[in-house]
Amino acid sequence: MGAATSTFNPMEHLVGDPLEIPELAYGAMAGSKPYVAAPGHQQALGFPGELVENWQEKAISRLGELVDKSRALRVYMDSCVKCGACTDKCHYFLGTADPKNMPVARQDLLRKVYRRYFTWSGKYLPWLVGAEDLTKEVLDDWYSYFHQCSECRRCSVYCPYGIDTAEVTMAGRDIMDTIGLGAKYSNEIIGKVFTVGNNLGLPVKALKATLAGLEDDIEEETGVPVRLPLDEEGADILVVTPSADFFASPHMEGLIGYAKVLHESGVSWTLSSHASEAANFGIFIGSEENMRKVSMRIREAAESLRVKRLVFGECGHAWRVAYSFLNTLAGPFDFLDQNYPIPQHICEFTNDLIERGKLRFDKSKNDAFRLTFHDSCNVARASRMGDDVGGQFTIPRAVLRAACNHFYDMAADTIHENTLCCGGGGGLLTDELMDLRVKGAQPRMRALQRVVEDHGVTHMAAICAICKTQFSKIMPKYGFDMESIVSVHQMVSNAIILTGSLQAEEFDGRQTSALLKV
Amino acid sequence: MLTTAFALSFYAAALILLSGIAYRIRLYATTPAPLKIPTTPAPRTRSGVVARMFREVVFFQSLFNANKWIWLFGWIFHVALALVVLRHLRYFLQPVPAFVAVVQPFGVLAGFAMVGGLLALWARRLFVPRIRYISGPSDHLMLALLVAIGVSGLAMTFGAHTDIVSVKAFFLGLIFFNWQPLPNDPLLLVHLGLVAALMIIFPFSKLLHAPGVFFSPTRNQADDSRERRYVGAPRPRSNVV
Repeated sequence: MGAATSTFNPMEHLVGDPLEIPELAYGAMAGSKPYVAAPGHQQALGFPGELVENWQEKAISRLGELVDKSRALRVYMDSCVKCGACTDKCHYFLGTADPKNMPVARQDLLRKVYRRYFTWSGKYLPWLVGAEDLTKEVLDDWYSYFHQCSECRRCSVYCPYGIDTAEVTMAGRDIMDTIGLGAKYSNEIIGKVFTVGNNLGLPVKALKATLAGLEDDIEEETGVPVRLPLDEEGADILVVTPSADFFASPHMEGLIGYAKVLHESGVSWTLSSHASEAANFGIFIGSEENMRKVSMRIREAAESLRVKRLVFGECGHAWRVAYSFLNTLAGPFDFLDQNYPIPQHICEFTNDLIERGKLRFDKSKNDAFRLTFHDSCNVARASRMGDDVGGQFTIPRAVLRAACNHFYDMAADTIHENTLCCGGGGGLLTDELMDLRVKGAQPRMRALQRVVEDHGVTHMAAICAICKTQFSKIMPKYGFDMESIVSVHQMVSNAIILTGSLQAEEFDGRQTSALLKV
Repeated sequence: MLTTAFALSFYAAALILLSGIAYRIRLYATTPAPLKIPTTPAPRTRSGVVARMFREVVFFQSLFNANKWIWLFGWIFHVALALVVLRHLRYFLQPVPAFVAVVQPFGVLAGFAMVGGLLALWARRLFVPRIRYISGPSDHLMLALLVAIGVSGLAMTFGAHTDIVSVKAFFLGLIFFNWQPLPNDPLLLVHLGLVAALMIIFPFSKLLHAPGVFFSPTRNQADDSRERRYVGAPRPRSNVV
């Protein structure tokens, strides 16, 4: 199950309008499925180990519960008029041509069952309103197509009623988990957060060793002892970041960037081994209870380390959960310093220092990078930065512009709130879904190809661990170097001039000699 | 006999329409919205939300950004429908308010715009493969119903006129429970029968998008989750630590 069966050749799809609407290919992706979660992974999250005997009855009753406790779901089940506005908005539809990847069609997989069991018309006139029994075939479709949605919410931007497919996908996955049919990738990871503390299952020892190694690297490069403290009680700031930042490229380069900025700002800070993960896969499976449990770890870490502020690293959905839900699920955070946003994004932190003239950059260090920026879906359409509406678009760009000389945006209909997802978000970043991930990235790759041609762009920066992992994996399939995806704070790290560093000597020396020449 | 049948149908239709919509609105209003989920960029204040909803409801802003053709036909249909409904107030109100008189000439033109918009939307449903794929029997029937209401109405305005004075007497009679005879005019009976059917279908159908849009959390929530702790639903223990 799940193996890539398609003959899709990415190189044939590299050039073209990123938003070009494909001809429908019925059932093209029906065979795309993630691995089913093992009983152990299910039970760790409070779900039945495998598909329960009376799954149909249980699924219907769970659907009823969800509709009763979510106004969004209830309104979205009723309101769709099938106008078609969303039909060409999903990157998975654009990339796979499977009509069940049109947001309205994906929603209808759940809606037709809702109609059948919860509406008068669906009970008595099912053929008329498209109501259907919850059969094994329908359940199979749920499993395939609710795992072909990255919950990126691009469709909800364009829907005249704001119908958010992410909410429907989450409900679908919640129902499947409830009857014992979970997806391995997300559920196994949430279990690791509960037992080890982070998605990657990095134990404290490994974490310590990694951080010590990074400290050595930074000192060697700059001559400045920049610290990456772990579990330091009484620090001002707790930094919570995706565990990929401790482990993989280009994530680690971003973490080095945060450390340099925090060092230069002069505040004390710490990472936490208890909350060594910003990501919260509870949102992907639509389980508020699991989302709350993961969120509580961050609150517990902040309390036990007695910090005053909370800063999040570069991770898209982690930022959504932090920005929108943390205070609701794990709050109130009245023990933190109320003079700062709770929580704050590392880009806000850096941008604030830049605006106050506290950071110096040698932009020429990034001259080999001709950059564009990929707005990550959860940041763009589900959160904010700074005080202004749309700050989530302007602030990361302002940080990049401060650190680099060459920046070019992709086409307007593919960035900001219109941004295309990387194709690997929402719990789909798993090898058995590689075919889907490659296809889902196609619109973004085409938009990138255009700025490559028009402006000689060489690199794309992102502020999401999933985006970075997904792109470094799939960009080679579209003919780009796997290192063409970079972290925003990696660019900061390259160009920042730490006080008293080798780079400062060199930079100031250059300035002086330039002055002397004049 | 005819008068009694139509009078009773309209009482029933009005009762189903009003109580059905009231029931759904009550359901939407009392269902908790557990988390803050505005689709950003979203306004930061309640007044900003009111402005956003206004742009959505009056100008169909999101639809405009999504697809210009659907927006154009959909918006024409809805605005025309609004004008037509306003124009029809003259059959229910005595004396006729001044604004209804002002709307009157536009309302007649709007009848054509309404049917035109509907036919264009229907054409998209039939000829654009991806919209045909998502269309079910009820979507086509709904369009057929609205087109038939529009065409039968236009036919009375421009073809076989009906005894409009008696029609008004009938509806005023309905309102004041003093029934007056309804003219036995086939076009009129078709028109009124279909309108009654529409009223009955409304609370059971996708027409619920009309009240629904106001309750959509992605549109009606302010983006202020950092400024104000949102408590959207009763939660189990440990919430307040």
